[in-house]
Amino acid sequence: MNAQARHAANLNGDDPKVPLSVHDLTVAYHRKPVIWDVGFDAAPGQLIGVVGPNGAGKSTLLRAILGLTPKASGRVRVFGKPYRENRGRVGYVPQRESVDWDFPIDALDVVTMGLYRQIGWLRRVRAEHRERAMAALERVGMADLAKRQISQLSGGQQQRTFLARALVQDADLYFMDEPFAAVDAATEAAIVELLRDMRAQGKTALVVHHDLQTVPDYFDSVLLLNMRVVAHGPVEEVFTPENLQKTYGGRLTLLDEATEAMRRRERAL
Amino acid sequence: MNAAVAIAVGSLFGWADVLLLRDYNTRVVVLGATLLGMGAGVVGSFTLLRKRALIGDALSHATLPGIATAFLVGSALWGDGKSLPLLLAGGAVSGVMGVGAILLIRRYTRLSEDAALGIVLSVFFGAGVALLGIVQQMPTGHAAGLESFIYGKTAAMLSRDAWLIAGVAAVCVAASLALFKELSLLCFDPGFAASRGYSVGWLDTVLMAMVVITTIVGLQAVGLILMIALLVIPPAAARFWTEDLRTMTRIAAILGGASAFVGATLSATYPKLPSGATIVLTAATAFLLSALFGSKRGVVLRWFRRQAFLRGVAMDHLLRSVYETLEQQRAEQADADGASIARLMALRSWTPAELRRVVHRAERRELVRRDSQGAIRLTARGAVEAERLTRQHRLWEMYLITHAEVAPARVDRGADAIEHVLDPETIRHLESLLDEAAILVPPASPHVIEPGALGEASS
Repeated sequence: MNAQARHAANLNGDDPKVPLSVHDLTVAYHRKPVIWDVGFDAAPGQLIGVVGPNGAGKSTLLRAILGLTPKASGRVRVFGKPYRENRGRVGYVPQRESVDWDFPIDALDVVTMGLYRQIGWLRRVRAEHRERAMAALERVGMADLAKRQISQLSGGQQQRTFLARALVQDADLYFMDEPFAAVDAATEAAIVELLRDMRAQGKTALVVHHDLQTVPDYFDSVLLLNMRVVAHGPVEEVFTPENLQKTYGGRLTLLDEATEAMRRRERAL
Repeated sequence: MNAAVAIAVGSLFGWADVLLLRDYNTRVVVLGATLLGMGAGVVGSFTLLRKRALIGDALSHATLPGIATAFLVGSALWGDGKSLPLLLAGGAVSGVMGVGAILLIRRYTRLSEDAALGIVLSVFFGAGVALLGIVQQMPTGHAAGLESFIYGKTAAMLSRDAWLIAGVAAVCVAASLALFKELSLLCFDPGFAASRGYSVGWLDTVLMAMVVITTIVGLQAVGLILMIALLVIPPAAARFWTEDLRTMTRIAAILGGASAFVGATLSATYPKLPSGATIVLTAATAFLLSALFGSKRGVVLRWFRRQAFLRGVAMDHLLRSVYETLEQQRAEQADADGASIARLMALRSWTPAELRRVVHRAERRELVRRDSQGAIRLTARGAVEAERLTRQHRLWEMYLITHAEVAPARVDRGADAIEHVLDPETIRHLESLLDEAAILVPPASPHVIEPGALGEASS
């Protein structure tokens, strides 16, 4: 069964075995659509690369799935339920640039934040939580930097800290926003190894990725995105020059023009 | 003469009274102000890190029209407007309206937040001043006291006002501690907080509510113009002493409490001194000292660190220059074992004094010694160190040439800037990348080492 057919079979997305099911998702900023009618199912135990040019809406797709950006329309199911009800099974690694790394905390504190929800309101962080955070830091090779203030970490180390914060939750579905952006080779290797570990444990990861050359090496399937889904499926089937041309080549001129015209009119009002 | 002495002695007694907190009213007022300073320090730490510090300023200025209106309403209804709960309630209402106006402007116009802040702050404050003018025209003439809300006047406070302040401050501190995890997550990474199911809007509202009530109860003691200082200065000062949020809030509480204590005491002794001003000046002194001498980010400390770093860099340069000079002399079959000062001078753009200083330091550390001709020779330890540095430098140069497409003649400068901060992990990575792991001696320099060329390149 190909990806499209599988998607059609799981139309309402209620299959609890499907880690992520997205239907007709549209997101608009100031009425300018950023992603348009996006729909796909993620297969369990897969590493899925989300690939597309700048401004294609890759981060927006992740943020909309996680409810951080309001949807104009569409439906998202995580293991057959709305995200709200299955939050505990989802881990999120935001873009590294999304926070101020001058914040007065150390790497261990950042990782512990991944456990706050489990620890609960009005309860203190206890030694067992710190041990779990420490174990997550160890998995990303950062154990000896646990007590370092986060602005003293290199970009790759900061990225690994963010990964550890998601790992500590022990989720089943991970969303990672450009974890490979501007990291050193050691970090890239560590992240790849980690992703393969996770896949071996049957976990699924949706990873926004920029480097086309490494896509076939790192990912099982790929979601080619440029405002809408250009193609989705196993890398060997979908990651073709024609599809890449469709993704990165010609912009959606008509759609672009229409939204631009709408924006101009709004500004004139 | 006698009169002057009498005044001096009198004020001395006044001082003693205040410092020993003999007077019950003063004691409670100073206690209230101190707790207010502590609460503002804790709450302010979060707003500072949330980058919302200035909203507190707009908020406090926006309380004035509410206070004046509450006085007018109170006078009209009961003939006396000077009921503190009524005035504070009025201030809270217009303060929150001010914050609401900022949010509305930001949302529905294309103005940026700083423009919205400026507009709301000045317009609300202007309306408040105008209303105060009306109040002062009123025949009852009891309005003079309202000015203490603008500048702060601990001397005018009653003990029951102070108990209110103390209670509210304690509640804010307790709430901040209870929500410490959630508030720190909110300030560090609101996106992640939302993805975990926290309502960022709700947490922001809780934080803003604490700012509102701290500001409102603090108006009498500090005054609305300067209330922002208690929310910003102690946390900002605390940041110079620590890299840890818990410690930062603790230090901010101590600095805020101490500033408020000193300021309130001064103002209680000299009723003409507005407490807001004395509190702010005390806090500013603490800030200045922290900025200069803070143990983590203080300017003085950073200056010393930078000097140490620059000295280390100069030492690296000296050792490598000597090494490369010797290397070249050997290649030219010259049998000199030392590098002459003249030659070293030509190799880099250092002044004679700089070179002299770094040579002295290297001699003290027994990395080099001067021979009978005054030329510089490497000691055994110096030779090992120089070889390591040269190797590191050239690895990096080769990386830049092969992987970053930098023209060889330009490489030396680029390598210079970065090589001093390469950590061992990066060096190992460079080695594997360049397949030079087997080379224990430095590889040959990838460019011609020309005396003078480097000086030109830098100009």
